[in-house]
Amino acid sequence: MCVDLIKLTIDGMEIEASPGTTVLNAAEALGIHIPRLCYDPSLSSVGACRICVVEIDGMRNLPASCVTTVTPGMVVRTDTPAVIEARKTILELLIANHPLDCMTCEKAGDCKLQEYCYQYGVTKGAFTGEEHHYGLEENNPFIVRDLNKCIVCGKCIRACAEITGKDILDFAYRGFNTKVTPFGNTSYIESDCVFCGNCVSVCPTGALTEKQMSGKGRRWELKKVRTTCPFCGTGCNFDLNVMDDKVVGVTSTNGPINGRALCVKGRFGWDYVHSPKRLTRPLIKKNGRFEEATWGEAFDLIATRFKEIKDKHGPGSFAALSSARCTNEENYLVQKFSRVVMGTNNVDHCART
Amino acid sequence: MTNTIGEIADADFIFACGTNTVEAHPVISYRINQALRKGAQLVVVDPRDTDLAKWANEHLRLKPGTDIALVNGMLHVIIAEDLYNKEFVANRTEGFDELKATVAKYTPEYAERITGVPAEKIRQVARAYARAPKSTILYTMGITQHTVGTHNVFSMANLAMLCGQIGRPSTGVNPLRGQNNVQGACDMGALPNVLTAYQSVTDPAAREKFGQAWHCAIGEKPGLAIGEMMTAAHHGEIRAMYIMGENPILSDPDANHVAHALEQLDFLVVQDIFLTETARYADVVLPAAAFAEKDGTFSNTERRVQRIRKAVEPPGIALPDWEIISRVATAMGYPMQYASPSAIFDEMRSVTPSYAGITYARLEERGIQWPCPNTEHPGTPILHTEKFNRGLGKFNAVEHVDPNEMPNEEFPLILDTGRRLYHYHTGTMTRKGMLNDQMPSDYLEINCKDAESFGIKDGDRVRVFSRRGSMAIRAQISEVVPQGVVFTSFHFTETPVNQLTNPKTDAIAKIPELKICAVKVEKIA
Repeated sequence: MCVDLIKLTIDGMEIEASPGTTVLNAAEALGIHIPRLCYDPSLSSVGACRICVVEIDGMRNLPASCVTTVTPGMVVRTDTPAVIEARKTILELLIANHPLDCMTCEKAGDCKLQEYCYQYGVTKGAFTGEEHHYGLEENNPFIVRDLNKCIVCGKCIRACAEITGKDILDFAYRGFNTKVTPFGNTSYIESDCVFCGNCVSVCPTGALTEKQMSGKGRRWELKKVRTTCPFCGTGCNFDLNVMDDKVVGVTSTNGPINGRALCVKGRFGWDYVHSPKRLTRPLIKKNGRFEEATWGEAFDLIATRFKEIKDKHGPGSFAALSSARCTNEENYLVQKFSRVVMGTNNVDHCART
Repeated sequence: MTNTIGEIADADFIFACGTNTVEAHPVISYRINQALRKGAQLVVVDPRDTDLAKWANEHLRLKPGTDIALVNGMLHVIIAEDLYNKEFVANRTEGFDELKATVAKYTPEYAERITGVPAEKIRQVARAYARAPKSTILYTMGITQHTVGTHNVFSMANLAMLCGQIGRPSTGVNPLRGQNNVQGACDMGALPNVLTAYQSVTDPAAREKFGQAWHCAIGEKPGLAIGEMMTAAHHGEIRAMYIMGENPILSDPDANHVAHALEQLDFLVVQDIFLTETARYADVVLPAAAFAEKDGTFSNTERRVQRIRKAVEPPGIALPDWEIISRVATAMGYPMQYASPSAIFDEMRSVTPSYAGITYARLEERGIQWPCPNTEHPGTPILHTEKFNRGLGKFNAVEHVDPNEMPNEEFPLILDTGRRLYHYHTGTMTRKGMLNDQMPSDYLEINCKDAESFGIKDGDRVRVFSRRGSMAIRAQISEVVPQGVVFTSFHFTETPVNQLTNPKTDAIAKIPELKICAVKVEKIA
């Protein structure tokens, strides 16, 4: 299929883009990063926050680049004084009603509002007025909601509807009192929320954070290790966030299957890893009770008993159950062990349950 | 899966059978949601009114165990109304005439009598599936966990092939597998009848190849499947077992029988991350590393091989499973010395054609979907695009057969089992932390009419009896289950539903009929 590309100029650079491309995405292809708060590539664009405004020749106002599509010959500038002034004003308005408690905020270092205020040198004080004093919502095991930090970008609403399909969130009330809430102005735990946390992963501020990560380390200190989820067979990817040899949380990465979406188990179900109930040493049963042993003792006993039983009753008296939860490498070794060392094809796993 | 998960979002018609994707595979359900938002039609086949059924344009609430009759009814309509893909049937398949003959009697009215699904709905759904440009079939264990599990899967394949809804993007026959690496465990030959990549132990060439690679003789007789192992242990034929990361005491049918079998063993080694219900029966328990504590690969339900990476150290002196197995083998006089999981992977791919082209270096970003025969091959997102593995796709005409254990006067209800959103398999991982705070116990879903006739009120403690065992559980009066069916999950050790389930298996795949057994429910006074 042959599609005519559209030629335009952004900050003096020429680019060709396919029809329907937004100015924001065309700029991104040129390596120009336009700030964004309500825009997310995996969600519909609503042009609500206006932080992505640009100047376009022939247009009277500053259009939002996330909802403006490219047209032939368009001349775009992303960093004119008017653009910068508009962005600063938007930020000043946003933080006029925002608790600037970045020193204790869980999202510090990973907060778009903080990042842009830093970038544009915006401090509190340009506008004064009423401020919200919502109570902290932490009556569920997974997510902390601080609506005082909500900038009403609506990404959580769109994530819930467009990604998860639960569609439990919407804006309620009008004007300054506008807030995001489940139906009936309730909390997440009282709603049909399933705690996938996809709202948390798209939230640009500290309004939605992972409860487990609270107080465990600043975002920039956490080592991120990309891995694959240990639960169902979907194969979602995520980042384990590590501090002092402990997993402290899971955050989204760009997985080939899941993008940044996860479910409650993938995002919040990792805490068993550090459970005090974990097995830490080999155990050998003596007189009906388990006693701690060394690896050497355990291996000696296993080798002796497996050999005795194989010698006495033949290879067919042994069977192994491998695991649908272990790695390919480990499954390969268990069946190899059964077939080579024990000499039997008696190997299976719970593929059928 | 014949196709990839991402393609579901672009399907025009989704035929979801025996899968509560919203709870069991939430992230796959997000792709269904995307498709619906773009105008796709969703038909859900399930006796339960699941969360996925609530999204459906049409919910075919069939009687448990009647999937073949339903699909044969659809096949009948598609053939009778000349809606099938003649080009695909002529060029890509064989056995059409036998199929046509078999489904001739499955008029929608005949299918209605077996399934309880109105004939007109069967007609509508059949037409819609056949006519949609891109129809995809999704299924899980609602299809497979039956004594006719393999025949149910044949039915899915018959439908897809008849309409040419396979081998193209957003079509196909797509089982959604329930465990992170169940696909990989099968691919790796952790099965009694096949070596890696499904190379049969009955094939002399395969045995020869592995014999040379491993310097040993591979037995030509297929081994025992898990249920057969338990029976053999029960009879004293299996004397020793090595169980890694499995918990059959909770996961396998007729669990009292499993427990007795494990008690009979002369020697049992269990290797796990927790002291599971099964580990309690062990003579030696070996502490293993969890997924975050080791390197390796998992293969997902769409055949994508992906890396897992070590993030933290294991607790105490626990070791990764691969290292433990290697050291047990070495202690037995067969040295297994691997420097790392990637060294094991390299040995594995040298004997595994579908993984031959996959290397750790190639897996870094997006993984690779097998088959991947060489290191230049990009992997295979869609199977059967030009031909099937055997050449022509074979229609396997199958007949409806009743489930093994039907309700009767003494056991008047059908017990159906499955999964809950907040838990995973036998709960070994999910019952230790916050997920368990969110859902600390399970309940028995019972229809209000059944509850009324058995004098049960919402929240009552009840005892559920089958021919094999009984358990106490809280009842929840629910419209999710139809009259005559009760449901709970197998995640909870306090409500070990597999003490009740039927170990009778499908003759081909040896999968037990975990979806259907006959029970009675009594209120605990």
